[in-house]
Amino acid sequence: MVPKTGDDKAHLPSPTLWPIGFAIGVVCVLVGLIVSWPVVAVGGAIVLLFGFLWVRDLSKGESDAEPPPPPTPAAAAAGAAAAMPEPPSGERFPRNKFLEFSTLGLGAVIGGLVTIPPLGMLAASGFEGAKFQPVDLGPLSDFPEGQFIITTFVEDPHAGEVSRRTAYIRYNGLLVNQPSFTILSNRCAHLGCPVQPNGPVAENQSTTKENRAGQEVLKKTPAKPAGFGCPCHGGQYDTEGNRTAGPPVRALDRYSYSIRDGILFIGTPFSVSHVEGTGKNAKIHKWTFAYPGEHVDGLESWLYPIQPPH
Amino acid sequence: MATTRRPPTRSEQMQTTIMYPLDWLEERSGLVGGVRYFLFRKVPGDINWFQTLGSATLTAFLVQALTGSILAMYYKPDPNSAYSSIQHITNDIFAGWLVRGMHRWGASVFIILMFMHMGRVFLFGAYKYPRELNWIIGVLLLAMGLGEGFTGYLLPWDQTAYWATVVGINLNGTAPFLGPFLAQFLQGGTYINDDTLARFYAIHMLMIPGAIFALIGLHLYLVVRLGVTSPPWSKEAAGTGTIIPSRNGGRRGLTRPSSRRRSP
Repeated sequence: MVPKTGDDKAHLPSPTLWPIGFAIGVVCVLVGLIVSWPVVAVGGAIVLLFGFLWVRDLSKGESDAEPPPPPTPAAAAAGAAAAMPEPPSGERFPRNKFLEFSTLGLGAVIGGLVTIPPLGMLAASGFEGAKFQPVDLGPLSDFPEGQFIITTFVEDPHAGEVSRRTAYIRYNGLLVNQPSFTILSNRCAHLGCPVQPNGPVAENQSTTKENRAGQEVLKKTPAKPAGFGCPCHGGQYDTEGNRTAGPPVRALDRYSYSIRDGILFIGTPFSVSHVEGTGKNAKIHKWTFAYPGEHVDGLESWLYPIQPPH
Repeated sequence: MATTRRPPTRSEQMQTTIMYPLDWLEERSGLVGGVRYFLFRKVPGDINWFQTLGSATLTAFLVQALTGSILAMYYKPDPNSAYSSIQHITNDIFAGWLVRGMHRWGASVFIILMFMHMGRVFLFGAYKYPRELNWIIGVLLLAMGLGEGFTGYLLPWDQTAYWATVVGINLNGTAPFLGPFLAQFLQGGTYINDDTLARFYAIHMLMIPGAIFALIGLHLYLVVRLGVTSPPWSKEAAGTGTIIPSRNGGRRGLTRPSSRRRSP
């Protein structure tokens, strides 16, 4: 085709209905991701079919205008005898092809070898979770029954200050001869800001513990909260961590715990949809640890079918 | 013979002397012609200042690149020293407060200018054929610019930076299906940890700026190729008037082997 000067007319494809089927297929795939995998397959098939038809329609107008394709080497070789003095089809063409493909192939192999490791290293960080080590929170006697203690601890001594976490810990007394604790994470279930106790904090009664390097690794401050509130967007929780108002999508996360030789150790965190009852009789609806803002139960939890390892 | 060569006048001699280096350069590199090709475009007489927003955005980005490079000489992307290194830049280093301020406020200027440039292109209809691709590249540039804003916000490592980034990462985490993995990827773990700051720093000053430079190159290539758009009120045609080959002609010889023997 002869290049035209100043081609100002928009190249618009003729109207077609195929995109509608294509869109239906996409919706099918999305619905299927939530509902069931066979629906995804059906949706994928619809997408492929209608996508093909759409593209075929689009390219139809073009192929009419397209000049006849230049002869392929085979056709050229066949036609060589007829009219045109084509180059003699000796071993030149196969060698050409071989060199072309080996150059491209070798390039692809080298390119893959050097790019896959860094890309893998980059992507792997999306799949690696933290390894929670139990942290020593001091003797059980530091936690009087029914009293919230704001406990701030360094989760990973190597990481240092950046791994400082806060938990609201309440001793609930004995449950079947075992000490029962309520350990609420201070990470808001909306977007992760630190929730604060709604009530007096006895800052002057706080006790601290330092490690050998002089770093403060543990701080305990008694408080009498009527609930917890988030300073960022106003989420409110009761003393069991249930959401009472504001944007959070679930209750406050909790930590598991263990007791060894009269010492309380804080363990791995987990998410909670809601809590029935209070104190040691509470029934905790426990779920895999999820990021803030993600529903762990109900319809919306289908949006987060897989959690990365935490 | 009577035809004597007229000796060059003083001003002609002067002109030759001044132009000589330029001629020397042009003869060896063709750069003068290249610069003319790159910068000189047919522009209608009745355009207005809105058409300078693109160059203004580019200038803002270059300012960010320059000030950022110099700040990087003093900034330490480590959780234990990031904040104090920023204090050092602001309080101790000569003109540190100024360069940091330029970078900090220039970030907002860059993003505001991007949006204004985008608005101008939209309202003038300059995104239409044959410039659709440049709109798409511009949208990618906008996304990259916002990414710079997000990653740069953490670097001062103060309370605002930390908690704003916590909220930003968790916002990403609420995206359906891949959100949790995205959040995990952004902070390199379950929480913001001692690697997160260096990760944001690398993204902020290596990965995204590299992508922005490359995309700006493509963006300008298309501007040079297609020329500016006439404003909607203009009677004059703008554009380069250069040959736009037909769509099918361009791929000949690229997708199918072309015979070198036959001349077209």
